[in-house]
Amino acid sequence: MGANVTTEDQAEPKRRWQDVDLRAVAPFVALALLLLLGAMVNSNFISLNNLANVATRSAFIALIAVGATFVISSGDLDLSVGSMVAFVASLMILFMNSNAIADPGMMIAAAMLLALVVGALCGLANGLITTVGKIEPFIATLGTMGIYRGLTTWLSQGGAITLQSAEQQDLYRPAYFGVILGVPVPIIVVLAVTSVAAFVLYRMRYGRHVVAVGSNPNVARYSGIKVDRVRTTAFVIQGVCVAIAVMLYVPRLGSTSATTGILWELQAITAVVIGGTALKGGASRVWGTICGAFILELVGNIMLLSNFISEYLIGAIQGAIIIIAMLVQRSLVRKS
Amino acid sequence: MESEPVGGGDIVLSARDQSVSGAQGDVVLSAQRVSKSFGGVQVLFSVDFDLRRGEIHALMGENGAGKSTLVKVLSGFEQPTSGEILLDGKPVKLPPNGAAEALGIVVIHQEFNLAEHLTVTESLFLAREVAHFGLLDRKYMRRETRRVLDMLGSHISENAVIGSLTVADKQMVEIAKAISRDARIVFMDEPTAVLSRGETEALFKQVRKLRDLGTSFVFVSHKLDEVTELSDRVTVLRDGQWVKTAPTALLDGESIAQLMVGRELSSLYPQKSEPNVDEARVLSVVGLNTAHVRDAHFDLRRGEILGFSGMIGSGRSELMEAIAGLYPRVSGEVRIGDQLMPPGDIQATKAAGLAYMTKDRKSKGLLLGSDMTSNLTLQSLDQHGRFGYLSPASERKALARARRRFDIRVRDASVVAGRMSGGNQQKLLLAKVMEITPKILIIDEPTRGIDVGTKQQIYHFIAALAREGCSIIVVSSEMPEIIGLCTRIVVMRAGRIVGVLEGDEINEQEIMRYSAGLKQKAVA
Ligand SMILES: Nc1ncnc2c1ncn2[C@@H]1O[C@H](COP(=O)(O)OP(=O)(O)OP(=O)(O)O)[C@@H](O)[C@H]1O
Ligand SMILES: [Mg+2]
Repeated sequence: MGANVTTEDQAEPKRRWQDVDLRAVAPFVALALLLLLGAMVNSNFISLNNLANVATRSAFIALIAVGATFVISSGDLDLSVGSMVAFVASLMILFMNSNAIADPGMMIAAAMLLALVVGALCGLANGLITTVGKIEPFIATLGTMGIYRGLTTWLSQGGAITLQSAEQQDLYRPAYFGVILGVPVPIIVVLAVTSVAAFVLYRMRYGRHVVAVGSNPNVARYSGIKVDRVRTTAFVIQGVCVAIAVMLYVPRLGSTSATTGILWELQAITAVVIGGTALKGGASRVWGTICGAFILELVGNIMLLSNFISEYLIGAIQGAIIIIAMLVQRSLVRKS
Repeated sequence: MESEPVGGGDIVLSARDQSVSGAQGDVVLSAQRVSKSFGGVQVLFSVDFDLRRGEIHALMGENGAGKSTLVKVLSGFEQPTSGEILLDGKPVKLPPNGAAEALGIVVIHQEFNLAEHLTVTESLFLAREVAHFGLLDRKYMRRETRRVLDMLGSHISENAVIGSLTVADKQMVEIAKAISRDARIVFMDEPTAVLSRGETEALFKQVRKLRDLGTSFVFVSHKLDEVTELSDRVTVLRDGQWVKTAPTALLDGESIAQLMVGRELSSLYPQKSEPNVDEARVLSVVGLNTAHVRDAHFDLRRGEILGFSGMIGSGRSELMEAIAGLYPRVSGEVRIGDQLMPPGDIQATKAAGLAYMTKDRKSKGLLLGSDMTSNLTLQSLDQHGRFGYLSPASERKALARARRRFDIRVRDASVVAGRMSGGNQQKLLLAKVMEITPKILIIDEPTRGIDVGTKQQIYHFIAALAREGCSIIVVSSEMPEIIGLCTRIVVMRAGRIVGVLEGDEINEQEIMRYSAGLKQKAVA
């Protein structure tokens, strides 16, 4: 920097407080308010232990939502992520049960690799159907949602698929239940994945292309950007994020069924929207997204710890949150 | 930030002095010491303005002078930070978001405000559909739409979907919409920027007719000849300040331009320099056909400025987009140097050094929600880091350089493109295209919505580029511009190249004859 910057530009870095983008800070303000509310409801709530637990539980949605941030920023939507979790997890467990590799450590590594490949392929399928097939992403992924779910039901023959080897289970458990330097592994994974995603979105060419395609595909095309490739890649990234979530999911329960991951797409999209990413594309806020995922889990936790709202209402509350988030987003746009 | 008009001490006919003279209509709408700030940035400084019944009042000023902002303040789209607005002499607070229409105030915006998926008829009657007992009277609405369009001399179908129209046609719909609403006060923010001469004349005829019936117009345009031709009075703004209001009869184009820029303007067009006959051919197009363009042949030499003239809809942009790889070709060859270009591959033409600047900056040129940097470097991200990584420092440098080179003026450097004034958006778009340092530059309507001072800068910039060996194609509907700039002019009509003019043949009459189909010559 320095030398070449003109005089006008030197004045730029000074930030007035009006310059702060309200939409970027809104989710964190909401989080702070929720923490306050929770502390009032139950004194156990604010304990580090409880919050770490909540964060750990939000890891699946957070990871999936990081991928959804890419897809939504590029102007698309992926409804198939919940079914994809079930499908990838089932294949992963079936592979581990096949005992194709004797060494359990190697076996787990190979299974994780398999999950990544299957996740990426599922994402690729979504991407190609929307771009090459020119089908609305809403419809395309509604279709694959049915397909991935149906395949899972068929693989499990309507029942459950359970990890059999106790040895594998013991070895794999720490991937979810482990703690490194006092921090649960899932939290570390989420932070690592989000950091990478933030780097890609804000510091790399691809991220710039995603935002360009999401805000105006025509402008992107006229600028020589390969629009379809950018969109397809976003779907693949979503698939990979689903696979990473599965890698944490399998050691937790060691079992899947036809109902695994039901409505997770709704939660992932909610997290993205709460986080301040615009649903119509063009703005991505990946740190906001994981904040959104954490908020969703916190709301459930508060309801559980308080005794004046039934926890059976959780779905309704989450539904209400997405609507409120949208309303807040819009009013902030108008003001700025 | 109290401020005095910067008009100076000469005989200034101020707005207030005139209204007492009473010779003409009474004041229907006026702004008194109106200021406007966005965030911490002040854009209008205590501006006075008044509009009389049955007058056409031109609002002039450089890009970013605050014309559009004043229009928005006077029509309720923005509220003034301080000062008063009087309607029929009484202070009012105009309702926002176009609700002022109920008071008879309509705006033809510089930015289009049409819903892309509605038909022309639906847009015209949006929110005031004609219905009997809840049943839409489609036939009546279609007939009315046809009538207004015919009145404007427009051939657009009343059933066409907005999204399928060209920019010029969209502008016509926008105008038809305003005119059909029985308004007392009509604001027109650069309505003619995208219109052909014929369309402009039809529009002016209607405007004069409505004026004689008592409607008042505020007319913003950068085309000085139109302003002197149409308006009754002129108000000039400079840097957000009121400079002068005077009857148009007392001014000419020259003096308006001087008031706008605050200095004398030297010659608008640069010295023409013809390329040597033996200069290399950098672009050759052979037998190119697209959906609308038929059998296009032409060459471009190194350092040449080649003009493309013709009526709107004559296929110029389609031809250029097909060459750039943005529009499908049916047949034909495009060569850059001696490299054959595959059809529909913009990456290939870009790599070969061809850059195309679209005339549709809102929907194809700029990301309106992104800041200047993202827009500037969108096409050239490879230059700002390796392995897909982007260096913010390098991008910042590029922006500082581009702002200096193209004189992009914004009061706040983090502003998103959609909030920049129209002319500055155009400069940003040009800067974006130039970032790839092209060998061949195709510019479609280079000076749309640009003030005279900046026009001059851009013309000299184009000439300088050509002298450095860049080859340039200028597509323009403004004849003086093409004549002043180009050494060779191709005229198109209904998808065909009907003439190539050189030397003495280059003049308005000759170009008109070709583009109207009165004359045609076989083109090699
Ligand atoms: N909503 C907004 N937020 C911030 N700045 C704005 C906003 N609208 C306009 N501006 C700034 O106000 C200034 C005046 O803009 P305006 O659009 O009124 O200019 P103009 O005279 O119409 O120019 P042009 O001839 O280029 O259309 C510009 O510097 C512009 O960036
Ligand atoms: Mg303007």
